[in-house]
Amino acid sequence: MSMVATAGADALVVTRGQTRAGEAVPPASGAPLAAGSLRATDAAAPLLTLQDISLSFGGVTALQAIDLQVTTGEIRAVIGPNGAGKSSLLNVVSGLYRPDSGVVLLGDKGFRHVPTSRLAALGVARTFQNLALFKGLSVLDNVMMGLVHHRRAGFLRQIVVSPRARREEADSRAAAEAMIEFLHLEPAKDRIAGGLPYGVQKRVELARALVARPKLLLLDEPFAGVTLTEKHELAQHVRNARDTYGTTIVLIEHDIGVVMGLSDRVAVLDHGRKIADGTPDQVRADQAVIDAYLGVAHEGETELVA
Amino acid sequence: MSALVEQAQLVKTSWLTPSRAGIALLFVAAYGIVPFTASGYLLDAILTPFLALALAAVGLNVLTGYAGQVSLGSAAFMAVGAYAAYNFNLRIPELPLLFSLVLAGVVAAAVGLVFGLPSLRLRGFYLAVSTLAAQFFVQWALTKFAWFSNDNPSGVIDAPPLSIAGALLTGAPGRYVFCLTIVVVATFLTVRLLGSQSGRNFIAVRDHEVAAKVIGVPVLRTKLLAFGVSSFLVGIAGVLWAFAYLRTVEPDGFNLDRSFQILFIIIIGGLASIRGSFLGAAFIVVFPLLLSRVGEALLGNVFDSGVLEMSQRIVIGGLIIVFLIAEPKGLVALVDRLEEQVSRHAGRLKRRFI
Repeated sequence: MSMVATAGADALVVTRGQTRAGEAVPPASGAPLAAGSLRATDAAAPLLTLQDISLSFGGVTALQAIDLQVTTGEIRAVIGPNGAGKSSLLNVVSGLYRPDSGVVLLGDKGFRHVPTSRLAALGVARTFQNLALFKGLSVLDNVMMGLVHHRRAGFLRQIVVSPRARREEADSRAAAEAMIEFLHLEPAKDRIAGGLPYGVQKRVELARALVARPKLLLLDEPFAGVTLTEKHELAQHVRNARDTYGTTIVLIEHDIGVVMGLSDRVAVLDHGRKIADGTPDQVRADQAVIDAYLGVAHEGETELVA
Repeated sequence: MSALVEQAQLVKTSWLTPSRAGIALLFVAAYGIVPFTASGYLLDAILTPFLALALAAVGLNVLTGYAGQVSLGSAAFMAVGAYAAYNFNLRIPELPLLFSLVLAGVVAAAVGLVFGLPSLRLRGFYLAVSTLAAQFFVQWALTKFAWFSNDNPSGVIDAPPLSIAGALLTGAPGRYVFCLTIVVVATFLTVRLLGSQSGRNFIAVRDHEVAAKVIGVPVLRTKLLAFGVSSFLVGIAGVLWAFAYLRTVEPDGFNLDRSFQILFIIIIGGLASIRGSFLGAAFIVVFPLLLSRVGEALLGNVFDSGVLEMSQRIVIGGLIIVFLIAEPKGLVALVDRLEEQVSRHAGRLKRRFI
């Protein structure tokens, strides 16, 4: 699983040693990377590793032999056109899909099928593309739900409010309130989540995911459907979360503009294959990526310019 | 607008909120005034069944309104409660009535858990149909096996007189106060549960089961807890129905119509609302009486009991349709809006005079 760092203005920086034959990898050209950011990430342990993940739905291949390594503390984007398999990838990592083959490593624990019900206990949180808030609960209650896997008191203790139940409730509330403040959601704290504007709901979902201080946070199209201002706000919040809590973040997006400025590294999927993986600059200049996004016209880079 | 918010905050910080004051007033009336002034007819034929149905509705609301699991088997769990309490009372005579009552709830909860197992796999309509199994099975078992009704050929049971700590509760006021106390305690505990993490889990499973699972809600346990708690409450409501209201019941009294009646109560009153359960139960109990009075006044002798029953069904059916379209949140939403308007007017008056 060694990471081979090769570098160049128009090449991938990080490809796996055993690159699969037939995978579209542009030739590496240029000198080895100067001492810098990637050296550091090289040394850090990978938090999430996907090995040879394949997934198909009744003959339609969603993911094909995907390898991916996410290093502790990085913001990693997975981009690709519609139907490239991005959401499937996230669903495999969160255990909603069982891959046909391959292994998901969370830290040093390997899974053929990630157990969704233990996901939070494993330190993984996620958001959903089309919002998955509990619409009937207030913002505070939604965020408190993010800590549910810490709760131990049974329902009888909760009814009689035993000391333990009271302590757990108070701890959850305090943590949730701190997270609400962190994401500037105080004005909406006691509002019912279902009635809030879309952009605010997105932030509430982020708060619910972050409140348990996950090691790994998966964001499924966090910027889809929000206004440009909200996009920049959200991006700032994501960056703050990483900087403040050290959360490793994997985000899926097809809006490349925001992603390029936000991510440390970007992986590109197309038709279920990983076609590129590297720093934003490298990916932006990658011919395979340009082809995937813009068809075969090699000149137009407009959509990739951040 | 900001003044309104300020006022709301002021009210919130003080201990005596308007809703608490309202509940306190209700308590004073329910315990201090009604038992001494109300007629036997009002107590026996209106208030006691209202309380029993309200508790059943609270129970179903826990399951359907809060946890989002549709059930058409409520009457079955009422029957389980009633027959279990009858048998505990009959076969262990030294057991105090309150113990039989709680044990009956536990038995109903156990049966509810069994019939809740399909919820782990089934959703929505499919689950509703599988809860019908409970409805038909329980009714069949109670008629088929004479042991449940102490060898009565048609499964009829006669409830024992109510007694608490040796004191016999005869007469309408006694039965009413007994019912009221049980309903108040059970509702209070339910409100506590719903306000706790378990209550949040219910709503989480209802609103987004996948997300709930991802953040670590024990989905299976939460659903089973909802079935258990719901059946417990509905079972106790069944005991009240049989012991305090009808006093002689047969399995047929707990048929599918009763299940639907309880479902209508929570739909009309308001899903996921305790107050809604009470409002809906009041409506279902009082409405037929109102209708018969109005019918009598308008149409005289033409309005006999057959016509009454038919018109009741038609009007209630129509109302449910109107409600689902105009106010899906039920009576409780209407009352909330009314309260809001009243408080706004009160605020305006206050500002003008102070």
